[in-house]
Amino acid sequence: MSAHQAISLRVAQTLGQRRLLGIGAVLVTIFLALPLLHLLPAEHSLHISAYTLTLVGKILCYAMVALALDLVWGYAGLLSLGHGLFFALGGYAMGMYLMREAAGDGLPAFMHFLAWEELPWYWTGTEHFLWAMALVLLAPGLLALVFGYFAFRSRIKGVYFSIMTQALTFAGMLLFFRNETGFGGNNGFTDFKTLLGFSISAPGTRATLFTLTVLALLGCLYLSWRLTRSKYGRILTAVRDAESRVMFCGYDPQRFKLFIWVVSALICGVAGALYVPQVGIINPSEMSPTNSIEAAVWVALGGRGSLIGPLLGAGLVNGAKSWFTVAFPDYWLFFLGLLFIVVTLFLPRGIFGLLRKERS
Amino acid sequence: MNQPNSQPHLGEVSGVRPALRDRHSLNTPHGTVLTLEDINVSFDGFKALNALTLYIGVGELRCIIGPNGAGKTTLMDVITGKTRPDSGTAFFGETLDLTQMNEVAIAKAGIGRKFQKPTVFEALSVFDNLELALKTDKSVWASLRSRLTGEQRSRIEEVLTTIKLENQRQRPAGLLSHGQKQFLEIGMLLVQEPQLLLLDEPVAGMTDAETEFTAELFKSLAGKHSLMVVEHDMSFVGAIADHVTVLHQGSVLAEGSLDEVQANDRVIEVYLGR
Ligand SMILES: Nc1ncnc2c1ncn2[C@@H]1O[C@H](COP(=O)(O)OP(=O)(O)OP(=O)(O)O)[C@@H](O)[C@H]1O
Ligand SMILES: [Mg+2]
Repeated sequence: MSAHQAISLRVAQTLGQRRLLGIGAVLVTIFLALPLLHLLPAEHSLHISAYTLTLVGKILCYAMVALALDLVWGYAGLLSLGHGLFFALGGYAMGMYLMREAAGDGLPAFMHFLAWEELPWYWTGTEHFLWAMALVLLAPGLLALVFGYFAFRSRIKGVYFSIMTQALTFAGMLLFFRNETGFGGNNGFTDFKTLLGFSISAPGTRATLFTLTVLALLGCLYLSWRLTRSKYGRILTAVRDAESRVMFCGYDPQRFKLFIWVVSALICGVAGALYVPQVGIINPSEMSPTNSIEAAVWVALGGRGSLIGPLLGAGLVNGAKSWFTVAFPDYWLFFLGLLFIVVTLFLPRGIFGLLRKERS
Repeated sequence: MNQPNSQPHLGEVSGVRPALRDRHSLNTPHGTVLTLEDINVSFDGFKALNALTLYIGVGELRCIIGPNGAGKTTLMDVITGKTRPDSGTAFFGETLDLTQMNEVAIAKAGIGRKFQKPTVFEALSVFDNLELALKTDKSVWASLRSRLTGEQRSRIEEVLTTIKLENQRQRPAGLLSHGQKQFLEIGMLLVQEPQLLLLDEPVAGMTDAETEFTAELFKSLAGKHSLMVVEHDMSFVGAIADHVTVLHQGSVLAEGSLDEVQANDRVIEVYLGR
């Protein structure tokens, strides 16, 4: 096991960093070109439809979640089955702003249905874009900080930790389902109109949001790369493999875990905030336990502990999903389960590990 | 063979910040680095340590011997904060109450430990293992910004040479042999520069030459550091220790030079069985 891990650490080197960078550069160029193609007139043969752009943008947001999950699972050994919650919280924070924009001076539509007279206190200031953006980070960040602080202080590990994260997102979903919670209940937020005054469905807005998503993903990838290659990253790996040895070296593992845990939640929050205006809806189903489990499948399939692998995994699984849900809508979950079993049994280091093996 | 007269000078790494140095300057006016009195530990009613009392002097090299299950590892667990004693007092120096401190605080205060089963960071290279153990600021913030100074790097290189792993520095530690892992863990203790070193069966799995070398290394550490070594290998114990403690059923059975304790009737009875 440990020797495998040691080898997987060197995957990037073996695969040829230059080739990897080459492939990456091509992909980034394509992703940056897509929004421009969307701006072309609809008759143009190279025009990209809003549907395609939204689909790819959505998958890029999921890729950010996969990256965030890889940081905690692949590098710190913390399998979170609740990352969907952080994603959704970021999404809801953005959604609050969009609802306020759509409602103008009045209350968001769903509050009228509930016959509410005024905004709940936690909606205060959400009409300001900057405060909403702060909430995108604060909501998932603070929740992760508090949850992580108590979980790591109590030395909750392994399966127990995973179950607690799963319970957390489930509890979040139940809470947000209630109308009284003040987030639109079952239906969540939708019918957005404008973002900073720009029509949410205008090609220019879509293209901008997409470009921002690509840049955010690149930024998070760079941040993760720096983190995992610093001494901090090495200590994290050490905590994953021999926590008590780390303590006897004088490092406090709780703090090291808490830091990456919060960083990971923040990345999810940003991903959620970019997702909502592109997809045009956020509701409690984003917090459903299966969503978070799916994220773990992306990471496992792509290859955890490799940063790049999980991005691949998110792309492939979601690509397959969008095809499946059109072609065989009833079988997607079976396929997902099968995929998980196959990966666990035959691809312990995921596709990225397989690529490395092919070459060596 | 590379002779151990390349004395590892532990206490004296320059470039260590004064604050760290101060934290390590232990209060030991009476020359006792470790005081254990009347320590009791039980697991589900089974007494692993039974009214154990033990003192270790500053600069002393103490060997602890005893049959399997005597409580030697449990004793180290108590000292390092891994196991809380049910009762008894445990002091590091005059002022640090070990029963009130957690593992991290105890390690920071200057107690280092080598585990019975060699425990290194297998996914990391030999060099990185030493880098992590190195005595320095161990906060999250510092580790995010950390870059090795030239002095720290040469300190690591020096220890790599001492433990004879200079040609393995980039190898993942998980791929080392058992004996090499033992040496790596000892090397990690060397760069950590603790005041008190606890070594649980350090020469298990080593060749005779390696054992001999380790004996020289430990002897060179004594004086500047205090060492507590648990070993079953009697020739090794004979080579290093002037003072030996025999543990049996969680209590001290005998104490003295190796010859003395080996001549002790109760010790003979315990070791030869009844
Ligand atoms: N966590 C635990 N739970 C229950 N019993 C334990 C625990 N740790 C140790 N023991 C028991 O306490 C006794 C002392 O164990 P310890 O490991 O300290 O012995 P030791 O002297 O180090 O033996 P060895 O020479 O085999 O390493 C043993 O009988 C052991 O089974
Ligand atoms: Mg033992």
